[in-house]
This record gives sequence, structure tokens and C-alpha cells, in this order.
Amino acid sequence: MKPSIETSSMEFNQQLYKKRQRSNAIGLTLSLGAMVLGLFVLLWILSVLLSNGFAALDWNMFTQSTPAPGSEGGGLANAIVGSLMMVGFTVLVSTPIGVLAGVYLAEYSGQSKTAELTRFVTDIMLSAPSIVLGLFVYAIAVATVGNFSGWAGSLALSLIAVPVVVRTTENMLRLVPGSLREAAFALGAPRWKVSTMVTLRAARSGVMTGLLLAVARISGETAPLLFTALNNQFFSTNMNAPMANLPVVIFQFALSPYENWVRLAWGGALLITLSVLILNVVARVFLREKNRV
Amino acid sequence: MSVGTTMSSQPASVKVTGAPTKSMVSIARRQRLQDIFFHRLTQSLSLLVLAALLGIIVSLFIYAWPAFHKFGVQFIWRVEWDIVNEEFGAAIAIVGTLASAGIALLIAVPLAFGIALFLTETCPVWLRRPLGTAVELLAAVPSIIYGMFGLFVFAPLFADYFQMPVQKLLGSMPLAGFLFGGSTNGFGILAAGIVLAFMVLPFVAAVMRDVFEIVPPILRESAYGLGCTTWEVVRRVVLPYTQKGVIGGVMLGLGRALGETMAVTFVIGNANRMPTSLFSPGTSIASTLANEFGEAADFHLSTLFALGFLLFVITFVVLSAAKIMLLRAEKAKGL
Repeated sequence: MKPSIETSSMEFNQQLYKKRQRSNAIGLTLSLGAMVLGLFVLLWILSVLLSNGFAALDWNMFTQSTPAPGSEGGGLANAIVGSLMMVGFTVLVSTPIGVLAGVYLAEYSGQSKTAELTRFVTDIMLSAPSIVLGLFVYAIAVATVGNFSGWAGSLALSLIAVPVVVRTTENMLRLVPGSLREAAFALGAPRWKVSTMVTLRAARSGVMTGLLLAVARISGETAPLLFTALNNQFFSTNMNAPMANLPVVIFQFALSPYENWVRLAWGGALLITLSVLILNVVARVFLREKNRV
Repeated sequence: MSVGTTMSSQPASVKVTGAPTKSMVSIARRQRLQDIFFHRLTQSLSLLVLAALLGIIVSLFIYAWPAFHKFGVQFIWRVEWDIVNEEFGAAIAIVGTLASAGIALLIAVPLAFGIALFLTETCPVWLRRPLGTAVELLAAVPSIIYGMFGLFVFAPLFADYFQMPVQKLLGSMPLAGFLFGGSTNGFGILAAGIVLAFMVLPFVAAVMRDVFEIVPPILRESAYGLGCTTWEVVRRVVLPYTQKGVIGGVMLGLGRALGETMAVTFVIGNANRMPTSLFSPGTSIASTLANEFGEAADFHLSTLFALGFLLFVITFVVLSAAKIMLLRAEKAKGL
């Protein structure tokens, strides 16, 4: 054994070790930096939103309708009511459709090719550009009827909500243990009763989570409403006519030169973001309860 | 499910004593009818999704037909958008869409990788949950909020602290200087790309984190046991193992970025000219639709539908590829 070789190889090892440690340190620092930057952006956006939004918030926002261009005062009452009505109707329509379609995919379809295709298409519809869905609804429900309407807006929102509900329902039903189904079948229950009264009930909180996430998703959607519900300067609960809604009002007001309109846009943005975030948090709580049981 | 099929086909065969009575038989018959009804009902509802897809493609194409008929395939690369003389082409909007989405991914993907790495490897366990939730909540913020943020907060800062100094510094550079020419008012392709990056970042990061978490602990632990550093574990073990899932996640983000309307419309500048630099204003397919649809009629409307059709086809291809990648990643997990 020549000591010189040993020391040189040890030196080499030391160098290699140092190099590896250095690249490790660089990589991890950069990753920490990315995390910090991401959080910084989140906090930045939220702080801008909170400060501008709360400055704009007052009681009139909930009691008065959108003001005329350039005038003072006014609120968002018509837009809030319009949004609530359209989202509410969307939930009424897309809940049964989405849940039952999810039941089919989880309980009946098995590995059939059509079901695989349906799953695939549903996943794509989940991320499809919402503005194109708006174009589609314009073509079938606005151009044919001849006027923009709350119904058309609701239909466009349903196209976004249904895939969300279908996929979460299916995933949640798949988590229900098979023994539960078998026990129900052994008691002589018909299949539809097993699906609706046993598995669906067991997956209840998960399905609720899906619904809440769907509502959160559609309540901020602007693009599909531009071509369908349009906007309405006045208070209206007529679903057959153009209908005011928060996202489109925010879009128009934010890009306008009027200070009062911009102020209202921030107020509306705050309302939407808060409700979306609250819905998300509630959905998480639901899911956690489900996991504990 | 497979167990259920065999058992439920004869629900009345559960004999208690003796032969089935008449009422038992009629109950069985009624239940079988109900079963068939329920099966068909849920099946047709699930087929609605397929019908919607078909409806979208067909109706968009019908409305876009006048434009496609007049310009042919050339519509895609014609560099013209003249509403008065009815000369239209999609090239400007397509370039704007691809450029802004490309910039967004260039910025968002490395950042998302860093965040996913942090959340799965280095983050203290008690912080994982709150930070992960924060990322997911950021993904839930409606895109119009990003648009407003871009318009009122980001664009002015971007003009003063990025565009102007960079133009002064690099604007006269040979070869690449033209990239930083043009106006420095804070709007344009690059600004739209950065705001879009903020928007898709949490989305891509969340997918990447989920994908990183499917790596079997034993692989990670073996690598650590051999003396690998954290960086080496991620670079040489986690990343190769999750390759397909990561690519799928990135393409999902791309699909989102391509079709995004609001975050882009507020900051891209909305000019129907071919962008000549990173700072010059442009337009994307989605923002052209959002801006012009309200005033469009007849032929102009048809060209907008043609743009929408192209956007749908592009995103459909990207999202399909993403989905196939993610499905393969999931299959690999099972092995």
C-alpha cells in the first residue's frame, strides 16, 4: 500500500463529496425559493384584493343595482342576485345528472369501451376552454332563440359543473368497500337500491365535496357568461332575459375608465374570491370528516 | 361490482322456506324492471357528456363554415384581421396564444417543480399540509382575479421596473435586441405570459406533488440508504420514475393556459397586429373572442366561431396527450 495513492483518492472523494453537497444545497435552495415566491404571489394577490375590496365594500353594494356610466353610488345587487340564481339553477340541473352519471360509471359500466371513452372525455371537458363552451351555448340556446338569457348562462355553467360532479362522484363511490355492496345484495336488495341507498349514502360526504367544488368552480367563471347571459344594467329575476352576473360586471367595470365602476369591480372581486375560498375550505372539511369515519 | 352482477340478477332466489310465493315473484319482476330503468337512465345521462362533446364540435363547425369556406385552410396562417374589409386570418391570434402560453410554462414549470420538490422532500411534516392547501387554494382563485391583479397592480410595476430598464440595457443588443423593442406600457405578450404563469403555477405544482407522492417509499429509501443527497434522489430516482406523470401535468397546465380568457385579456394589450417583440401588444384566440364577440355580426361572427373551433381542436389534442401520459403514469404505479 502506497500512502500517496490513498491520500489522493481520499482527496478525490472529498472533492466529489463537496461537489455533491454543493449541488444539493443549490437545488434545495432554489426549491425553497420557488416555494417562497409562490407563497409571496398568493399573499400579494390576496392582500391587494382584500385592501381594494374592503375599501369598496359598503351596504349599498348589496341593496342597489349597478350604476349608470360615470355616476356615483350604486351597488351590485342585481349582479349578486343574477349570479345566485344562475348558479342555483345550475346546481339543481347538474346535481342529478352528474351524480347519476357518476353512479353509472362506478357501479354499472365496469371496463366497457364506452365507459372508458366517457371517462376520458369527461376529464378533457374538465379542462376544456370555458370560452368555447360559451360559444357552443350561444350557438344552440342564444342564436336559435334570438336573445341572451339567464337560462343560456345556466346551461353554459352546467357544461362546466357536470364533469366535475361526475368525476368526483365516481371516485368517491369507488372508495366504498365492496363488502358493503355484497352485504346489501345478500339481503336481496335490487341493484338500484344498493346504488342509491347504500353506496351513494356511504359516499355522501365525498359527493357533497364534489358539488361544493363544482359550485366554487362555476361561480368565478366569466368567459362562458359573456356570450350567454350577457349583462343587465337593471334588477331582473327573469331568466328569459339577459341577466346581470358578478363575473361579467367585474369584467366590464374593471376595464372601464370610471372610478366608481372600478371600485365596484374590486368589491365584486372580493365577494367572488371569498365565496370561492370558503366553499373550498368547507369542501375540505367535508372530505376530512369522511376520511375519519 | 362484478360480485353484484351475479347476485342481483336473481334477487328473489333468496329462499327462506319452501317455494317462492306469488307475491315474491311479482316483487322480483317489479324490481327487475326498476333495475333496468335505473341502469338505462344512468347510462343515458353518462352518455350526455359524449353528446355534449359531439355537439360542441358539430355546432362550432357549422357556425364557422362560412369563414372556412371563404378562406380555406389558409385561414390558419393568414396574417390579417380587418373587420371593415372582411379579410380575416387566425395567425395573429394563434401566435399570441402560443407565445403567451409558452412563456407561462417556461416560467411556471421550473417553479412548480421546485414547489413540488419542497413539499415532498424538504418541507417539515407539520408544514406540508398547510402549504399544500395554500397551493391548492391559489389554484381555485377565479382567473378574473388574476386578470384584475395583472391590470391594476402588475402591469404598472412591470413597465417601470422591468420593461424600461431591460429595454435600456438590452434594446440595442445586436440580433436579440428586437425582442425588447416596442412600447413599455406594461402590457403585451410577455406581461400576459407572466400573469398566466402565476395562474397555472399552483395547478401544475399540485399535479406534480401528487405525482411525486406515488413514488414507492422503498425506492426513495434505498437511494438515501446508498448515500444519495436529497437533490440526487429527486433528480435520479423520483424524476425518472414519475416522468410521464410530470409531462402529463405540464401538458394539463398548457391546456389551461391556451384556453384561458380573463387572465390574458386584461394584460395582453388586445391589438390585432403581429407581435414583433416580447413587449409588443398582441391578442390570443380567447381574448379576441371576449373582446369582439359582443359587436360581431354575420361573417365576422363566423370567423370568431372559426377561431373558437381552432382553439378547441388545439386544446383537445393537448389535453388528450396529457391524459394519456397521466394514465400511463398511473399504470406504471400499479407495477
